[in-house]
Amino acid sequence: MEFLNAFVWIGHNGSQGVTVTGKLGQHMLISLISIAPAVAVGIGLGIVLGHLHRFSFLAINTSNLGRALPSLGILAICLPFLGVGTTPVVIAMVILAFPPILTNAYVAIDQVDPETVDAAKGIGLRPWQVLVRVELPLALPLIFAGVRTSAVFVVATATLAGIFGGGGMGDFIVNQATFGMEGVIGATYVLIVLCFCVQGILLLLERLVTPVGLRGTRGRQAQTLLIESGIDPQGPEQTVSEEVRAVEHAAR
Amino acid sequence: MMFLAPVADSGGPVIPNFGKTSQCVLDNRSFCWGWFSKHWGDTFEPALIQHIELTAMAVAFGFVISFALAVLAHRHGWVTNPVTLLSSLLYTIPSLALFEILVGYIGPNWYMVEIALTSYTLLLLFTNILAGLSGVTPDVLDAAHGMGLTRRQVLLKVEMPLAVPAIIAGLRIAVVTVISLATIAAYATPTGLGKPIFDALSNGGFNTAFLAGGILCVILAIVADGLFVLVQRGLTPWASARRGA
Repeated sequence: MEFLNAFVWIGHNGSQGVTVTGKLGQHMLISLISIAPAVAVGIGLGIVLGHLHRFSFLAINTSNLGRALPSLGILAICLPFLGVGTTPVVIAMVILAFPPILTNAYVAIDQVDPETVDAAKGIGLRPWQVLVRVELPLALPLIFAGVRTSAVFVVATATLAGIFGGGGMGDFIVNQATFGMEGVIGATYVLIVLCFCVQGILLLLERLVTPVGLRGTRGRQAQTLLIESGIDPQGPEQTVSEEVRAVEHAAR
Repeated sequence: MMFLAPVADSGGPVIPNFGKTSQCVLDNRSFCWGWFSKHWGDTFEPALIQHIELTAMAVAFGFVISFALAVLAHRHGWVTNPVTLLSSLLYTIPSLALFEILVGYIGPNWYMVEIALTSYTLLLLFTNILAGLSGVTPDVLDAAHGMGLTRRQVLLKVEMPLAVPAIIAGLRIAVVTVISLATIAAYATPTGLGKPIFDALSNGGFNTAFLAGGILCVILAIVADGLFVLVQRGLTPWASARRGA
């Protein structure tokens, strides 16, 4: 019954004078504050390192490490130094959101076909033109996949802010005594919808910025999917494209 | 000096008072080594072991379910979409909320924690196992059919062995994910490495326990991840040889 009442609860915009819209706004703000620095630094660093084809070990293993780090563990480590509140939650989420963005940006730029880059150089493009006009457009889908992974992760993890007095939708979930089970479930519905919306908006944005000629290229999409599902594209999987890539690397 | 009950049972004292209290604990400094080593045996070691047990069980349950579903989906393509949809939906539920909701219906017990943790492994394991089974090169399958292997033999002798790396990759993510989520489970029911963290929180923020709990679960996750890397390397020596090239 609570599963249905939760819809009514959302319809009433919360209970006990606390509004869903207010907490949702807080939640999105916390998420945005956390994802923005991770996106800026992760994409920037990933693009530079990928363009230079340097520090691949670091760039790729950052996300392996990042994926392993437990969010509450990182949060707990931040607490003694930052106190309880929004700050430790934001800091922990920046740390956790950064690795997938960096790795995807690095891999995206690093794996642009060397022949394409050679051709671009051959027609007289300057290094930064090669980056901005050739490598970056080709890399965009994969870069966006990284941002999407992190954004969804951050929106879901921001719920933990409720435990540590950081606000957001987590406040409903940790206060069952006040808002009842329908409040907990209602807040969960809202969060799930929020996750799908974030994912949808980023997919849409990705389509908008992807050059027309590249839209719907299956190969890239398949690769994106592999990375999202956590299969290391450089790892032990033996697919045809992997073989091709290995040859490419050898040729380089 | 008055002896107060251990942290978990009392919501009272600001700083946990276990008989003789050191100045470090009274000042609530970042990390009190003395307190940590004194309570390793009665607090942190059991929590660590419990955490490992919770993780191992959840991943084992998840693996059995996902493996069966993946083999089914590999055979009958139509199974893939509904399973992916359902497991993605489960994966999207914020963990804190899922624990809270399940406590309401199942109660704050071991079943509740395992059901929640297992449900989070399904998407990761199913996707990777299916990708491994379906990722076998058509040439290899042609060769297998050409040798006269039956469908069942192809699955058991060709596709499954070739899927092992992808399966290990899936297990690796599932294990680190569950280690992370199991910490949050302690919010709903006192269990695993999250317990000292939430105990510390309800005692006004005891820094040593925050750090000890946090660092232990980070170390556990990194060690587990590292072990899987070793297993991956051991099972696929050709990959590291190629990587070196």
